[in-house]
Amino acid sequence: MDASEEPLPPVIYTMENKPIVTCAGDQNLFTSVYPTLSQQLPREPMEWRRSYGRAPKMIHLESNFVQFKEELLPKEGNKALLTFPFLHIYWTECCDTEVYKATVKDDLTKWQNVLKAHSSVDWLIVIVENDAKKKNKTNILPRTSIVDKIRNDFCNKQSDRRSLPLFSRCCSSSRTPWCSTTNWTPSSLSMWSTSGPGVSVPPGALDCWVFLSCLEVLQRIEGCCDRAQIDSNIAHTVGLWSYATEKLKSLGYLCGLVSEKGPNSEDLNRTVDLLAGLGAERPETANTAQSPYKKLKEALSSVEAFEKHYLDLSHATIEMYTSIGRIRSAKFVGKDLAEFYMRKKAPQKAEIYLQGALKNYLAEGWALPITHTRKQLAECQKHLGQIENYLQTSSLLASDHHLTEEERKHFCQEILDFASQPSDSPGHKIVLPMHSFAQLRDLHFDPSNAVVHVGGVLCVEITMYSQMPVPVHVEQIVVNVHFSIEKNSYRKTAEWLTKHKTSNGIINFPPETAPFPVSQNSLPALELYEMFERSPSDNSLNTTGIICRNVHMLLRRQESSSSLEMPSGVALEEGAHVLRCSHVTLEPGANQITFRTQAKEPGTYTLRQLCASVGSVWFVLPHIYPIVQYDVYSQEPQLHVEPLAEDFWAQMCRDFPLPASKQSVLQFSSDPVYWSWRQTPQDSLLAGIPQRVKFTVTTGHYTIKNGDSLQLSNAEAMLILCQAESRAVVYSNTREQSSEAALRIQSSDKVTSISLPVAPAYHVIEFELEVLSLPSAPALGGESDMLGMAEPHRKHKDKQRTGRCMVTTDHKVSIDCPWSIYSTVIALTFSVPFRTTHSLLSSGTRKYVQVCVQNLSELDFQLSDSYLVDTGDSTDLQLVPLNTQSQQPIYSKQSVFFVWELKWTEEPPPSLHCRFSVGFSPASEEQLSISLKPYTYEFKVENFFTLYNVKAEIFPPSGMEYCRTGSLCSLEVLITRLSDLLEVDKDEALTESDEHFSTKLMYEVVDNSSNWAVCGKSCGVISMPVAARATHRVHMEVMPLFAGYLPLPDVRLFKYLPHHSAHSSQLDADSWIENDSLSVDKHGDDQPDSSSLKSRGSVHSACSSEHKGLPMPRLQALPAGQVFNSSSGTQVLVIPSQDDHVLEVSVT
Amino acid sequence: MAVCIAVIAKENYPLYIRSTPTENELKFHYMVHTSLDVVDEKISAMGKALVDQRELYLGLLYPTEDYKLCRYGYVTNSKVKFVMVVDSSNTALRDNEIRSMFRKLHNSYTDVMCNPFYNPGDRIQSRAFDNMVTSMMIQVC
Repeated sequence: MDASEEPLPPVIYTMENKPIVTCAGDQNLFTSVYPTLSQQLPREPMEWRRSYGRAPKMIHLESNFVQFKEELLPKEGNKALLTFPFLHIYWTECCDTEVYKATVKDDLTKWQNVLKAHSSVDWLIVIVENDAKKKNKTNILPRTSIVDKIRNDFCNKQSDRRSLPLFSRCCSSSRTPWCSTTNWTPSSLSMWSTSGPGVSVPPGALDCWVFLSCLEVLQRIEGCCDRAQIDSNIAHTVGLWSYATEKLKSLGYLCGLVSEKGPNSEDLNRTVDLLAGLGAERPETANTAQSPYKKLKEALSSVEAFEKHYLDLSHATIEMYTSIGRIRSAKFVGKDLAEFYMRKKAPQKAEIYLQGALKNYLAEGWALPITHTRKQLAECQKHLGQIENYLQTSSLLASDHHLTEEERKHFCQEILDFASQPSDSPGHKIVLPMHSFAQLRDLHFDPSNAVVHVGGVLCVEITMYSQMPVPVHVEQIVVNVHFSIEKNSYRKTAEWLTKHKTSNGIINFPPETAPFPVSQNSLPALELYEMFERSPSDNSLNTTGIICRNVHMLLRRQESSSSLEMPSGVALEEGAHVLRCSHVTLEPGANQITFRTQAKEPGTYTLRQLCASVGSVWFVLPHIYPIVQYDVYSQEPQLHVEPLAEDFWAQMCRDFPLPASKQSVLQFSSDPVYWSWRQTPQDSLLAGIPQRVKFTVTTGHYTIKNGDSLQLSNAEAMLILCQAESRAVVYSNTREQSSEAALRIQSSDKVTSISLPVAPAYHVIEFELEVLSLPSAPALGGESDMLGMAEPHRKHKDKQRTGRCMVTTDHKVSIDCPWSIYSTVIALTFSVPFRTTHSLLSSGTRKYVQVCVQNLSELDFQLSDSYLVDTGDSTDLQLVPLNTQSQQPIYSKQSVFFVWELKWTEEPPPSLHCRFSVGFSPASEEQLSISLKPYTYEFKVENFFTLYNVKAEIFPPSGMEYCRTGSLCSLEVLITRLSDLLEVDKDEALTESDEHFSTKLMYEVVDNSSNWAVCGKSCGVISMPVAARATHRVHMEVMPLFAGYLPLPDVRLFKYLPHHSAHSSQLDADSWIENDSLSVDKHGDDQPDSSSLKSRGSVHSACSSEHKGLPMPRLQALPAGQVFNSSSGTQVLVIPSQDDHVLEVSVT
Repeated sequence: MAVCIAVIAKENYPLYIRSTPTENELKFHYMVHTSLDVVDEKISAMGKALVDQRELYLGLLYPTEDYKLCRYGYVTNSKVKFVMVVDSSNTALRDNEIRSMFRKLHNSYTDVMCNPFYNPGDRIQSRAFDNMVTSMMIQVC
């Protein structure tokens, strides 16, 4: 029964086809409720629980109520939607158990059995409550009992559960295409068409049915919606379009409409069967010009009509998909279309769809679809004769691991076949990108720092990973090199050094993304490096920053990266500089290829392109990244002279071996760091003994010819020791020894000539010479202590700064080199290994000279034959050595003392000129080839004869046995003149009266250790007769401050010079200060013993009054040799005072 | 149960895709790829709501007729998509079961991500994940 035949008009106009509900039971009752029901029911919104995960919907539903007849129930397998009764209702008004038992129950059972027989499970029993009847029959059982009975009789547990969603199920089944918000998916159609098990249909019948259904549904939608509505709901209908397209396509293939030759007889039979199966067109559409039925019939009737309809549908579907942004689906339909075009031998039309789909898959990195689409595209390109594109696609497929070995070999062979064809136009090249053919894995230079001198040989070894499944013979592999003259300016920076500090000189290339083209969003990682720019002059940091090395990769346009399939982007560079390697067979997998080149022009060479040629096919890697460079340098010849023995530089080279080639870099580098290294060892040559000096000739671009020699102008005090066995070694630039030759040295008075061995350019010649610095007297003049010296040797010109440093001498040697017209001046600095001091020792009038030799060097020496001679002419003076050993070792940093006693018979000379000399040789060496000059030291001793003897004594107070703290003791000072008038006395202090000479002396008692308090005056001026045994006695009071054995206070003697001196007082003050051991502070603040100030009397008061700028008496210390303190070192016992309660003990 | 299970990166390239039977692998790849259209649509259409509700399950994407296959989608918070193709002739599968399968998948995927040796964005090559997927797929003999 069709819904449209129902007489009742639709309440809502859109509800054309209503779900059928059958009514059984009390027809009168139903008729009475029908008007209310049919009006009220559609107003109630109800929930439509939808399957397949779709959200539930609230809908308004009308139903078509018909009387229950058994014929209405569908036969087995027939599930026609429009005639299908969805729900069966049994109506009853029964409220009487008796009536129920008698009639209603039977009727219900019959109804149920009919339903069960037709496996209809959706039913509803309605019991209508009648108020009127209820009132009349109050005694009857409540209605509920009937309901209970019915429930007991007909609703078992399971069906009871099912009865609850009854009505909603009914709704869910009645899909309403006219409701525009409904998501139309073809699944429903598919379910209807295939859900009947066991129904056998001819192949294609279902496709026909689905196609028709789709188009009908779409037509209905178009009929009832306006354009805007349809457009806004494409997302819901496009599925049907796509589905219809797909079905038509499969019908076309089935019926032979897509094949090149057209349908054969079998295909035609099948078509006829299908058309017959369609039956007659339904009458309501039979008269229309366009109907799905007609469309299908037409499409199946001829190849042309099919093509037209199929293309229409496909294009419409693609357009719709594209318009709603379902690009992937659009591309997929497009690929079907391309397949169709390929079948129809129209590859030019297929190409665009294949390219479009491929681009999409590449962009999203779907490997399998890529491979599949590429295979289709390869076929298409082959048909189109796009040789370049075909070869590129073939190379991609040949390297594609998703294909079988056979398929890969096939595509590889396609390339090789083409390449081996004799080309029509010779020289024509097909340029293809390299990455699918082979990949550059790593590269390494030999020499590994990629620096080579002009004329040197550089090897570049690369690893190429061939992607081809078979070995490929490559005629040549070429690396295009870009040359730039950079003057090597930037290589000195630290940036350059870090860049080239690849651990083993191997540069690795990141694996290309070829096998799995990941999304274009996955950009390469940032390559950040620290950058330091240092000032070339003082190595200070000028700028620092961070460099992004691959900025060109990161900032390039996104579009360009997606055009992976476009071969046009690869351009072959033609450069003057190439590295070439011919006739290489690339095996599948890794291959080592070595390029050799001889460096020509100095500059920086950047590897740019890598090309491999197979016949007329060139595979090109357009950019080699990361940047690979090598440098060619040209170097000026150079000479270095440096101390060898314990050379810091040599030690550095030994302890921290640099790669040999790096050393050569350092030698011509002007990097201040390295210069400072080289300057430190300069002090290590020792004067007086043979020292080895290393000569290094870096030949640079100069070739040493036979007869080339170094001409050394001799320095006066430096000998070049010629040894017969000296040899020169020639090293290559990489520190490999290449030859060795004897060194010929010829010496004349002025010039030493060293003939160099023959050496090619960029080699290093090394040889050693022994030099000896002759000790020169002024340089060794040495230091003297102040004891015997009136004037200090401070003004002596030496380089001694502190006592620990050695005195040095510079010897400048001028060397003429064969490569230059200019002389090279080299300064060699020698250090004197010893420091010598002397001192005068006295014992009464006996005099001794002590010489101290201090070894400052690191070496041990053997001293021998020490002499001290008087260079003056005093004949009666004898120097008696007190040294017993003639040989004496002097160890590093140790001192040796020599002592002589001075003896004379007549009047001693006022001064004594001495020369000390001692032979020395390094303790380690047994035999020296040459005799060494002894070490000499000259000095002068003046005023060494003792003129005065000072004797001090302390006596306890009278009546006491010992001195006591706090009690005054008497200090007796006895000054005795030991000689008559001598030459040394003749100065300003000497006065003559009555044939008697006297001199003015000032004495002073000072106790620096504060053991004694001097009471009364502590100093005084005395007039001392200049005669032997003249004495002067001074008495003063001192008080011990501490108990114990106390050393006596110092008694000092000064010469008291009158104020009419030619010298200004200021100068004198200076001289006092300089001789600070005398601690002369006579000009004022002697505050601690103020009593003594007064006692000085007129002299001092005059002194203070004349303080400002006026002449005043001067004091001059007596030379130590002239005064002998016979009581020095004596001590006096002081006992604590008895009434002291506090004992103070001071330990000094 | 499932006949194809795919894990797709945020950028829409496959992190993992496995199907059964293997001879139809390519077809499943295409199928999953086209499903991304609907996944994208659903994510952008209800993106906001999804985040608020923490609803990761996208529901049915697309039925495919010839195989009676239905594709279901699921998206993680990091926009990694799971697509599952389910044989719909097995009507016993209900929404909740699909959900629980996705949840299982998600948990296993999280385990993969927790592996410190796994680089996010790489193809998944975890045996544990493989085994879990196998357990969810029909064993075709």
